[in-house]
Amino acid sequence: MASTATDPGKPRPPGTGSQESSAPSQPTRRGVELVMLAFAAVIVTSALTLVSINQNSQPTTQILYYGLAFLALFGLAHLAVRRWAPYSDPLLLPLVAFLNGIGLVLIHRVDLGNAAEAARTGRTFNAAAPSQVIYTALGLVLFVLLLAFISDHRSLAKYAYTCGLTGLVALALPAVLPSVIAPSINGAKLWIRLGPLSFQPAEFAKILLLVFFAAFLVSKRELFTTAGRRFLGIDFPRARDLAPVLVAWAASIGIVVLERDLGTSLLFFGIVLVMIYIATERAVWIMIGLSLFAFGCALAYPLFNHLQQRVDVWLNPLTSESGYQLRKALFGMATGGIGGSGLGGGYPSIVPYAESDFILITAAEELGLLGLAVLLLVYMLVTTRGLRVALAARDSFGKLLAGGVSFAVALQVFVVAGGVTGLIPLTGLTTPFLAAGGSSLVGNYMLVALLMRISDSTRRPQQPSKPRPQQPPIAEAHTELVERPR
Amino acid sequence: MNKPLRRVATAMMAMIVLLLANATYVQVIRADELRSQPGNKRTLYAEYSTPRGQLIADGKLIAGSEPTGDKQFKYKRVYSDGPVYAPATGYYSFIYGSSGVENAEREVLNGNADSLALNRLRGMLTGRDKQGGNVELTLDPRMQRTAYQQLADDGVRGSVVALNPSNGEILAMASSPSYDPNRLATLSSEKQQQAWEELSDAPHDPMINRATSTLYPPGSTFKLITAAAALETGDYDYDTPVTAASSIELPNSDATLPNYGNSTCGSMPTAPLWEAMARSCNTAFAEIAGDVGEEKLRETAREFGFGQKINIPMSVAPSSLGEIEGPAPLYQTGIGQRDVRMTPMQNAMVAAAIANDGELMKPHLVSKTLAPDMSVLERTEPERMGQAVPEDISHTIRDMMVKAEQYAGDEGKITGVQIASKTGTAQHGEGKDPHGWYVAFAPAENPKIAVAAVVEDGGNVGANATGSKIAAPVARAVIRAGLQGGG
Repeated sequence: MASTATDPGKPRPPGTGSQESSAPSQPTRRGVELVMLAFAAVIVTSALTLVSINQNSQPTTQILYYGLAFLALFGLAHLAVRRWAPYSDPLLLPLVAFLNGIGLVLIHRVDLGNAAEAARTGRTFNAAAPSQVIYTALGLVLFVLLLAFISDHRSLAKYAYTCGLTGLVALALPAVLPSVIAPSINGAKLWIRLGPLSFQPAEFAKILLLVFFAAFLVSKRELFTTAGRRFLGIDFPRARDLAPVLVAWAASIGIVVLERDLGTSLLFFGIVLVMIYIATERAVWIMIGLSLFAFGCALAYPLFNHLQQRVDVWLNPLTSESGYQLRKALFGMATGGIGGSGLGGGYPSIVPYAESDFILITAAEELGLLGLAVLLLVYMLVTTRGLRVALAARDSFGKLLAGGVSFAVALQVFVVAGGVTGLIPLTGLTTPFLAAGGSSLVGNYMLVALLMRISDSTRRPQQPSKPRPQQPPIAEAHTELVERPR
Repeated sequence: MNKPLRRVATAMMAMIVLLLANATYVQVIRADELRSQPGNKRTLYAEYSTPRGQLIADGKLIAGSEPTGDKQFKYKRVYSDGPVYAPATGYYSFIYGSSGVENAEREVLNGNADSLALNRLRGMLTGRDKQGGNVELTLDPRMQRTAYQQLADDGVRGSVVALNPSNGEILAMASSPSYDPNRLATLSSEKQQQAWEELSDAPHDPMINRATSTLYPPGSTFKLITAAAALETGDYDYDTPVTAASSIELPNSDATLPNYGNSTCGSMPTAPLWEAMARSCNTAFAEIAGDVGEEKLRETAREFGFGQKINIPMSVAPSSLGEIEGPAPLYQTGIGQRDVRMTPMQNAMVAAAIANDGELMKPHLVSKTLAPDMSVLERTEPERMGQAVPEDISHTIRDMMVKAEQYAGDEGKITGVQIASKTGTAQHGEGKDPHGWYVAFAPAENPKIAVAAVVEDGGNVGANATGSKIAAPVARAVIRAGLQGGG
């Protein structure tokens, strides 16, 4: 397993040798990261310039300052990575910086459209870009703090049950709180509002539950792999071993019923399933999970009007009465065509939530199919880099956590992008790093920090001198497994 | 755990591929279909971001584009004398679409027409914004204004159409009540909606272009067609004696058909055909219709344009004789009652064909389309629809119409100009005041203008209204405006 970490085929990039390292044979590749960050900054600054030209025809030098500030912000994060995670994957940070930056430009662009609309109709509106900048900074601060304070991801496993409990509570919180604190926004009860602050606890619950499941599944792997009955050539697990899956399923149903949020429910259930599958290597769990999912859908569909509505909109976006959101989104995409209208040249504000849920439509209209494809491929790069980290991880917990985190991002992108483009029924989820929304942005930076922490440990040279009496039990379990005779 | 991880990687890539395939489907394969969906505002926004071409009539600006300073709607449509020209211009609204010439010539006006491809290319190379082409209308502003004011100032409902008989140019096309298309061109959607609702709910459909869309019973003006059919059979000429009875019995029926006011057609038992026309004797023309037969009557009407699809460029509702079941309805059809329905445009075409030696020219509203720099893109060539009646017969009918003018009242008479005309007073239901018609051309010997005017429901006169009382003065004023330039 560990052999995949070194990547001997790649030449050592220049400029990385200066990094002090206890094992000079292992390049840290931090120089690549910096160059790629600068590249992302150039693209983002150019994008902002285009918006400015197309909207005001007067690009100011201020844009240059914005670009430099962007680079400085991520430069600081880069320095923190050099300090605390020097061996981590060099592409993750530039990739998410690119997504975050393009997201900021798109949000700013939608702000301009909304401002013009507001000026015409006399309504008020709040620009989303300034707060998104603050959330970016906040996200990066938490990213750095996570790297600085968690020097070994395996230490997280010790708090697995704490994480699990806190995560569940956070997930359930908006549902049980009175609507003064947890208002129902667009039909979903997902938010907690404290004075001027509002956040989505589900975004943080996701991280906590990922940690919990990774630790739980690694420690209880035996349980899941114990064969029950063999039926139709498939080993079915024992009935009592189904409990965790059933709990996850029940929780997902609970989210749909109590918080009316299909997206989050789908996301959590999918993550749990895939993590069980990765941990046990048995596809039967996926089958069981999908059957449960289908059963749950069949159960919930006739009972909940909003589910029926969603499906109707999905099947008939052009004619369905409540399908105006998707209809407008499809119009935007079609008008964008292959090349798009150019940044600042389209009318993304026509689509509701063009800066948050529908930000991919904003991209599709102004950057066209090509721009949308680039964004989706960057997501694919981020998530496959994450899986590379998982493949290379030296311990089972890290492997499972990295796999879970990567899949969580991928699934979220699929659910939201598929929803807004009419591939699957529309559910309210934020597009990671791109969409306006503080909780999501901060949460996703924490996920990337976890990935980079695990990645750092996979490529960090082993220090044989270092005694490991305090090795967590998880790693031992892993050692045991490898050595187990088959 | 690496095997499932690799499978998850494959699944993730499959998800991205699915998303890309779907995006390609929406943005490339279905793009055209979605772009042209009626609810798609972006197509309109794109139109509002370039100056829309002008509508011009005889050098007068009727509809233009004004910059607004707004970012989404950079230009606004502005109409001068909106209600006067509304039947021709139509409206241009970002909520309700467009109508009239605004709709029919939209490709030229928004700059997307094939004929403007070179201009677009030039604009692209020089970095100039796309500009719409202009459309010049055939309308004569003086006649158009007179036509509208004659109706609107009296507060009557109706329509006037004036044609140039020799080439089919529409010189005036008025409809009353009318509306101001500026109200639908405002950039506030609330105001647009409010205007639309008001206009839709307003009595008597002000947004309808009566000239081309409203089908009226033509009354006695239809006798021109009955006469043409009769003359074409060869059995009738200018002096052929026809019945002068004050009333006749309808065949296979115990109902009678009287003359107007139950009067006889002159003092003799028979009257010459010209006198029957001049005095508009119902009994004579009912019998003539019965004599020439349904088939001949239909054929002649068709040659004058009945039942034909005409686009001026807006489509004109086809006029028709309706079902004619048996001889009694045929008698009534011959005097323009029963189920005969005509648009004012069609009636103007009848007058125009007779004026133009029997040759019917296709009516048209657009004289030419122009590039943004006013160079001519396309000129509308006069189009012949056919020979409605032989030349000599057209002259016979003209002579009868000159006689008819002597019986058509004096109000608004123009000294020194001989008008050939036919009036009509059309009943259209119990208890309703009749519609008054007047179709004419002038000067009779060298026709320059053919006109049809209809005033609905007795105008301001009520039950005693006749075509000569309520419609003739309107049409004569329009003719005067065209011939003498007077208002």
